[in-house]
Amino acid sequence: MNALARHRKLTAIWSSEPGWKGWFSTVNHSDVGRMFIVTAAFHFLVGGILAMLIRAQLATPHSAFAGPEIYSQLFTMHGTIMMFLFAIPMIEGLAIYLLPKMLGTRDLAYPRLTAYGYWCYFFGGAMLLISLLFGIAPDSGWFMYPPLTGRIHSPGINTDFWLIGITFVEISAICAAVEFTVSILKYRAPGMTLAKMPVFAWYMLVVSLMILTGFPPLILGSILLELERAFGMPFFQVELGGDSLLWQHLFWLFGHPEVYIIFLPAAGMVSTILPVMSSTTLLGYRWVVAAAVALAILSFGLWVHHMFTTGIPHMGLAFFSAASTLVAVPTAVQVFAWIGTMWKGSPTLRLPMLHILGFFVTFVIGGLTGVMVAVVPFDWQVHDTAFVTAHLHYVLFGGFVFPVLAGIYYWLPLVTGNRRFFRLGEMAFALIFLGFHVTFLAMHWVGLMGQRRRISTYLPEDGWTVINLISSVGGFVMAFGLTLVLIGILLNLAVRHRARRNPWRSGTLEWAIPRPSAAYNFASLPQVNSREPLWDNPVLPAELARGDGYLGDAATGRRESLMVDIATGKPEQLVIYPANTRLPVILAAVTGVFFVSLLVKIYVITPFAIAAVAALGWRWVWQLGSRQDLGDQPIGHGVLIPPIAEVSRPPGWWGSVFLLVANATLFGSLLFGYAFLWTIAPGWPPPAFMEPSLPTMLAAAGGVMLAAGGTAIAVRKNQNGSNPAVAISAALTGALGLVVAFAMMLWNAPPAAEHAYNATIVVLGSYGLFHATLTSLMVLFLLARQRAGYISQRRRGELSIVMVWAIYLFVVTGLIILAVYLPGLVG
Amino acid sequence: MLDPAGPAAHSIATLWWVMLITFTVIFVFVMALLALAFRPAGSGLVPAFAEKVWIIGLGLVFPAVILLGLLAYGLWIGERLMPRAGAEVTRIEAEARSWSWRFTYGGDASRTTQNVLHIPAGRPVDIAITTADVIHSFWVPRLAGKLDAIPGHINVLRIEADIPGSYAGLSAEFSGNGYDNHRFTVIAHGPEEWQRFLEGDQ
Repeated sequence: MNALARHRKLTAIWSSEPGWKGWFSTVNHSDVGRMFIVTAAFHFLVGGILAMLIRAQLATPHSAFAGPEIYSQLFTMHGTIMMFLFAIPMIEGLAIYLLPKMLGTRDLAYPRLTAYGYWCYFFGGAMLLISLLFGIAPDSGWFMYPPLTGRIHSPGINTDFWLIGITFVEISAICAAVEFTVSILKYRAPGMTLAKMPVFAWYMLVVSLMILTGFPPLILGSILLELERAFGMPFFQVELGGDSLLWQHLFWLFGHPEVYIIFLPAAGMVSTILPVMSSTTLLGYRWVVAAAVALAILSFGLWVHHMFTTGIPHMGLAFFSAASTLVAVPTAVQVFAWIGTMWKGSPTLRLPMLHILGFFVTFVIGGLTGVMVAVVPFDWQVHDTAFVTAHLHYVLFGGFVFPVLAGIYYWLPLVTGNRRFFRLGEMAFALIFLGFHVTFLAMHWVGLMGQRRRISTYLPEDGWTVINLISSVGGFVMAFGLTLVLIGILLNLAVRHRARRNPWRSGTLEWAIPRPSAAYNFASLPQVNSREPLWDNPVLPAELARGDGYLGDAATGRRESLMVDIATGKPEQLVIYPANTRLPVILAAVTGVFFVSLLVKIYVITPFAIAAVAALGWRWVWQLGSRQDLGDQPIGHGVLIPPIAEVSRPPGWWGSVFLLVANATLFGSLLFGYAFLWTIAPGWPPPAFMEPSLPTMLAAAGGVMLAAGGTAIAVRKNQNGSNPAVAISAALTGALGLVVAFAMMLWNAPPAAEHAYNATIVVLGSYGLFHATLTSLMVLFLLARQRAGYISQRRRGELSIVMVWAIYLFVVTGLIILAVYLPGLVG
Repeated sequence: MLDPAGPAAHSIATLWWVMLITFTVIFVFVMALLALAFRPAGSGLVPAFAEKVWIIGLGLVFPAVILLGLLAYGLWIGERLMPRAGAEVTRIEAEARSWSWRFTYGGDASRTTQNVLHIPAGRPVDIAITTADVIHSFWVPRLAGKLDAIPGHINVLRIEADIPGSYAGLSAEFSGNGYDNHRFTVIAHGPEEWQRFLEGDQ
């Protein structure tokens, strides 16, 4: 088989359906990555238009352009869209598109999940845009502080759009984070050890772990606030034992890591592109990776610096002030590693490099003003003024948009196979750079003069007129530059002007794929021996196309790839991917019905939506696996490895582990909230504690032990070759018993609307009920699979997946019982 | 805040100017390093640095030294601005609501003013801040930093005006449609005038 025949055969296996119908059924990472990028760019456009409207409003005093009602929606939606519907999805899209190519593999770990994440983002984003279109968009500022967002002060549906729409969108971030973590750890080219990974993959690994631990506090906060709004559960109402500060803690526990979640992928792009533009390798690779890890860890210790003015004791502030300034150290390590890289090599001023220089100037200023606001007394003055708005734009535009523009120009030839033929990009860069600095330098100044953020207008006597006008003019110059970027990209797509295969002479694997990129990425998978495989072997692309690597024969007609050992990159398992399916879009639509039913408060639909999600989820997992043992399979070069259905840690096991990391963070945030209210909120202790109920505790203890123990015995029995059915049935009985125990707990719970304590008990009990039900379904699924012949001594993976969930259930049940009954027992 | 009229605002303004100058020097230094990366090869203009210099010297030690100094300075100022007990201190309660402020003097519920805060000049004043509805923030830019008014909590802010006069006050936490005009005025009185005010003769 020659290279062309192999290309045709692989394309037939991997391609999506032709035409627009293919969008709804594709699960290929290149397709979904592009869909993410285009949708995120559209949201950037909308967010940008809102920014222009804001600048138009502020250009003159006494502006009558928009009243406060409309203006509040403008700035709330500008922030919300840019953060949640542009920046995060843009990162997801770029990483979905690039990671498998850089890692030398054919797709991400869970192709259907990639598509599901996209559709959740699409539908959730659409909900928010529709609210904007009808003038009922969220209007309390993008960080949604209660009590302003409580139902007394915001009775309209506006706030619900935010809480429900953003939670819907966050599903896509969690999906992507699980997927990236597993893909980077397990789905790489053979021989690519952790130390030989492209540095971008390291950054994305760090970012993914941050998303898994950073987003759950926000998701929890949104759930609690929506419960307060919809059912009067008073988590944030001080009269009833709640505290509005709890929201601020939960929000910034997410919100500060969020800034680094946005910055680090961009830093990863700089670390990738800058050495290529300087014809050298990155200086201090290990130091840079260590700095990214340090930044990630530190970023979880500084959320309070958004709350310096909330009256927290000064010594407490000192700790967070120290942590906030400390964050500048790993940032400085990266910045100087980059400048050192340029000194080491010979940098040239090509277009991506211009944007990287733009990044340097802007981001260094943003970092320095960041250190300023980390100094507590200074923050007391500038907090909630235009100075802070300007600072955060320096960090986010400098630290994100410039690197992304560099990345777009750098990888555009990879996507389109074309090169630029106008020098439009240089002109666009000049306008953006100039416009940006005029806009936001002016905004720093006006903030120091006392202009608060979020005011819809000001007086001529304030003396800010000229500065604001300059700022607005700068904003429009910048918008013009960004429009030119868009035009340049469209021209690049439209005009066929073939580029060389590797126009920047880069060393990483994404430049070894066919041009323009093929759906299967690599006709055969490379053996990697260094960080720059293309510099070691310039003819690698031709060799791979010839089928010299692994999995080069396309013999089975299935979508195949490899999973490797985390540390060494030795091939471990043969991956067989599911093919095109509409299941993800349908599941996302049904998930959307669930969220819309909450939004419009037609709760009769909600249980049906949940049941439909469960049924589709059942179908989703049922499609995997096999009814017979295939045995070890040849992958070329004389290597034999088992398929994923015949190992004890299949992809689903890894995914479950990392999904549970996010889940445990959510649960931990809930316990944090409980402890916070107990110690800080004024209305505690509550009038009465929950009466300890012996029957409930016994039912819960017995149920969870039977569920976890039964699953464990089933795993053991299956290992020994005996029938696990009886043990699985026992586990099912236990799990159902636990469902009953949690139902009893909720039945006896005090009225949730009367005190935040009661409300917390109800949420804890519901969390337990949900997980007991979920585990019951999983065990039931095992029983059905066992009957249908999907489980054998070799095909044992599904048992070990359920085991992970059973252990989790065991731990959280214990903690819930303690949290609910211990106060009553002691008191 | 660039035109301070009280001790707190003075020290914060000084802090700002110190940081601005230090950071401008750092910024210029980093940009110079960046520009020098484009020096012609073999020009011998500046010798290349080793990896250790970049990472450990510039990346770790350089920011650590500057940050430690700055942190200590900021902490010291912050400590000085804390409301400490003293005979000279006047205490006034401030309650925000959407969109007005009510000030209560000497714990006497009948001695209140609306949207105008009277204080003695040249003496420390502690404002005990809370709110009747949503979160607001008490801020007199020329006198001191801001502190939030949070439901169920009382936060105490120390302010002081050097000389008698009138100072603009603002609420600095977005609070809905009336936020733009959620303002108040601070009037600082000389000793006799302040005594007259306290006696209910204003």
